Amino acid sequence: MSGFSIAQRRKLNSQLWIAICGVFAAAVAVILLLIMGYIIREGISAISVPFLTHLPRPTGIAGGGVANGIVGTLIIVGIGALMAFPAGVLVGTYLAVYSHKRVAQSLSFVADVLAGVPSIAIGIYAYALLVEPFRHFSALSASFAFAVLMIPLVIRTTEGAIALVPRELREAATALGAPESKVVLKILVVAARAGIVTGLLLSLARVTGETAPLLFTAFGSQYWELSPAQPMAELSLQIFTYAISPYADWHTQAWGGALLLIVAVFVLSVLARLSVLFGREGRHGGTA
Amino acid sequence: MTEQAIAAAAAAPLSRRSLRRAERIGSKIFVAALQASCWLFLLIVGGLVAELIWGARLSLRTFGIGFLWSSQWNPVTEQFGALPFIYGTVVTSVISLVLAAIVGILAAIYLAEFAPRRVGAYLGLLIELLAAVPSIVYGLWGLFVLAPIVANWIGPVLQDTLGFLPVFQGTIYGVNTLTAALILTLMIVPTITAITRDLITAIPMRMREAALALGATPWETAFKVVLPSVTRGIIGACLLAFGRALGETIATTMVIGNRPVISASLFAPGYTIASVIANEFTEATSDLYLSALIELGLILLVVSLIVIGMGRLMVRLFVR
Amino acid sequence: MKQIESRGCRAPRRFAVGLLRGGVFAGALAMAPAAFAATQIVGAGSSFDFPFFSKAFYSYTEKHPDVTVNYQSIGSGGGIQQFTAKTVDFGASDVPMDAKELERAKDPVLQIPITLGGAGVAYNLPGIAKGMKLTREVIADIYLGKITKWNDPAIAKLNPGMKLPDMAITVVHRSDGSGTTYIFTDFLSRVSLEWKSKVGTNKDVQWPAPSSVGGKGNEGVAGLVKQTPGSIGYVELAYLLENQLTYAQVQNKAGTYLYPAVDTVAAAAATKPNVSSTDFSIVDTACAQCYAISGYSWVMLYKTPADPARAKLVKEIMTWLATSAQPIAKTVDYVPLPDNVQKQALSVLSQMQ
Repeated sequence: MSGFSIAQRRKLNSQLWIAICGVFAAAVAVILLLIMGYIIREGISAISVPFLTHLPRPTGIAGGGVANGIVGTLIIVGIGALMAFPAGVLVGTYLAVYSHKRVAQSLSFVADVLAGVPSIAIGIYAYALLVEPFRHFSALSASFAFAVLMIPLVIRTTEGAIALVPRELREAATALGAPESKVVLKILVVAARAGIVTGLLLSLARVTGETAPLLFTAFGSQYWELSPAQPMAELSLQIFTYAISPYADWHTQAWGGALLLIVAVFVLSVLARLSVLFGREGRHGGTA
Repeated sequence: MTEQAIAAAAAAPLSRRSLRRAERIGSKIFVAALQASCWLFLLIVGGLVAELIWGARLSLRTFGIGFLWSSQWNPVTEQFGALPFIYGTVVTSVISLVLAAIVGILAAIYLAEFAPRRVGAYLGLLIELLAAVPSIVYGLWGLFVLAPIVANWIGPVLQDTLGFLPVFQGTIYGVNTLTAALILTLMIVPTITAITRDLITAIPMRMREAALALGATPWETAFKVVLPSVTRGIIGACLLAFGRALGETIATTMVIGNRPVISASLFAPGYTIASVIANEFTEATSDLYLSALIELGLILLVVSLIVIGMGRLMVRLFVR
Repeated sequence: MKQIESRGCRAPRRFAVGLLRGGVFAGALAMAPAAFAATQIVGAGSSFDFPFFSKAFYSYTEKHPDVTVNYQSIGSGGGIQQFTAKTVDFGASDVPMDAKELERAKDPVLQIPITLGGAGVAYNLPGIAKGMKLTREVIADIYLGKITKWNDPAIAKLNPGMKLPDMAITVVHRSDGSGTTYIFTDFLSRVSLEWKSKVGTNKDVQWPAPSSVGGKGNEGVAGLVKQTPGSIGYVELAYLLENQLTYAQVQNKAGTYLYPAVDTVAAAAATKPNVSSTDFSIVDTACAQCYAISGYSWVMLYKTPADPARAKLVKEIMTWLATSAQPIAKTVDYVPLPDNVQKQALSVLSQMQ
């Protein structure tokens, strides 16, 4: 390397490292494509109109579907999101805006620790709180369990996103006489919305793949059920039950269900990202 | 027109005052709502911890502190101990965090800084999609695809090159601590990448322009200027990812071999706390058995408290 | 808290909400003619029973559209827990409730055998076909860790025609608590005093062999055996038949080498017509065609449930399940109860009010 000047060496170093980063990014994406390929190969034969619209049927009887699981997942995850998102964004906002206070730091720590609790422990908690006293399984208890799983992620990502909003924005808004609530809501949260949406999407993705908390809460069902106060079918629970069975037709349905889940999260992610991108000026910091 | 304007101006101070009062009340309500949500959150977490302690009380009383370093796990004689599970949990989670942090952060830098806009967006979406794969699917894929790869390819290569290290010695099973750590890495990389990418994208262009203007290369700009300003956020993302790795149950248990023994080799089967709870909770019927499992959950909480506490302490001390 | 939703988020949020509303509406439409007025009986427990139950209850609802039975497999222990907590109408478990559990349930409980299963021994040896002969003692020694290689003389002696490789035996077992493990360890305890004193019988035990590996669920064990050359594992009958595993012939007490199959397991059950919840082991039976590693699965009901209308329904369903529904078991590779055992179940059920 003696023929190169320092400037040239730095430039080569830069290109090398950029290439390494690109390789890592590509590697992760490739692994995902491999997993997706595996799921598609195993599960695509299951996707059909009966699969999407019929109730489950026993093994050996054709035409079984996961329709009640799809509806159940929408209801359970939907209610869980309704519980977790507002609360999580509020707490995250509080932590970012009042981060100097002792309370805020302890709360942030608590949120991190909560993220590490195994999902089955949270399921047992939801059971003790919402199922045992009423002697009744319900979708609502499952939504609660999901909400507890989602909240730490939403809190911490919201906190991180708002903390990164340049201080000048907040100061300018306050200087113009805006009250605290408007400053936070209309300036900080809007500026941080990309990060907040990431947190919401990540938590949704995390929770749609969880099975353990559902065993003692939503319980599952072979039939249609719309009331959140009743046991309800859920797609990831059906996937799990089918995957651990001995029968090939049920295995295929399990993979088909997994395919459905991933496609659903994908579509949701794309929509959310597109909306954020359109609301933005450029790639880096919409307001700079 | 002018008269109306004067009349309006005369009336204005009053409405502005009431407007300000409304704003102040609105602010108070808003702050109260923020604080109420925090209390609600604390209440929920407190309930969880109380529930765990209550469920574990029988086991705590029976085994005492010895539970932590006993290696026995015998449901027949009802002798239980946590050490192999603590070991397995810590080893798999730490390895997966280190691997995922390296891969995730570097990938995020690429996506946020150097990738063409479209490519960055699509690749980013793909990586986030990894988070949506259900854990049972990860478990099955790990068992049928990854475990053979580790047994036949990754394992022998590691043993040939680095076999002098005790962690790479011994019989190479397909289902082992290493496979479990790799699956966990895959599961937590999206969290780190997605959050890091957002953090980096939020840094205003000014910083980069300044660095480039001073003659820094693109890599130096990214690594030495942009990255340090988001270190706190990245560590936060890593802590979240670590939490996820600690608590993952089904995917881990399908590929870790489920042997409650401490071995130095990464190629040997192991066992994590979350796996044993998931495996045995639904079948345990005796009070002591159930209580021991819940105590394991409590220990996991304490482990995560310690590690995350240390992480945050390091942030406070070393990052400004 | 609508203000929290920033402008950029509203569009996809509205879309998602619209999707949810649409889905709920569509679901309601689809449901309208369905059995909303039906009574739903809820049961929980053993995942082993699930395939048989799902087919049986499906057929029951076809015949009686006003009754639906929602059975979910949350594990035998979970089933007993939920049954005790009275969140379900009936529980199902691979091992009946013992005295302590019955005491915790407070109200008197009836337990009936409802189906049968067997555990086969699967293995993975390159070049070796199905049908290796194994005696009971050899299996015990393998799982105790005393026999560590496939070409050990004890195994070779039983299989003179097979070329057994010089491979280490990887012992695969269940990592989760399970009724299959119970049957298997019950079998080993009867066959080997050393196993009985060292390890014992339970749904989950401390496995003594140094090379043992645990798989989650039957599919985990089956998957591990398929992946790992040189491995041996015990797997539920239905999994053996459905997944093209290579499995062994096990010698029973009478000396015959038998494959696990519907008829050999049923023969084992028929030798003990007076099975009860305190005396239910049918492993290592002595008849010529009995398969050695067999066992029952049980359903538990309250003798006098609080709601008489539901109690009547549950009794009807269980009576049907223990008798007319038994032929359905064969269609899913499960073993129907022998006639004498069915009579036994009915006599227990008749105590229910």
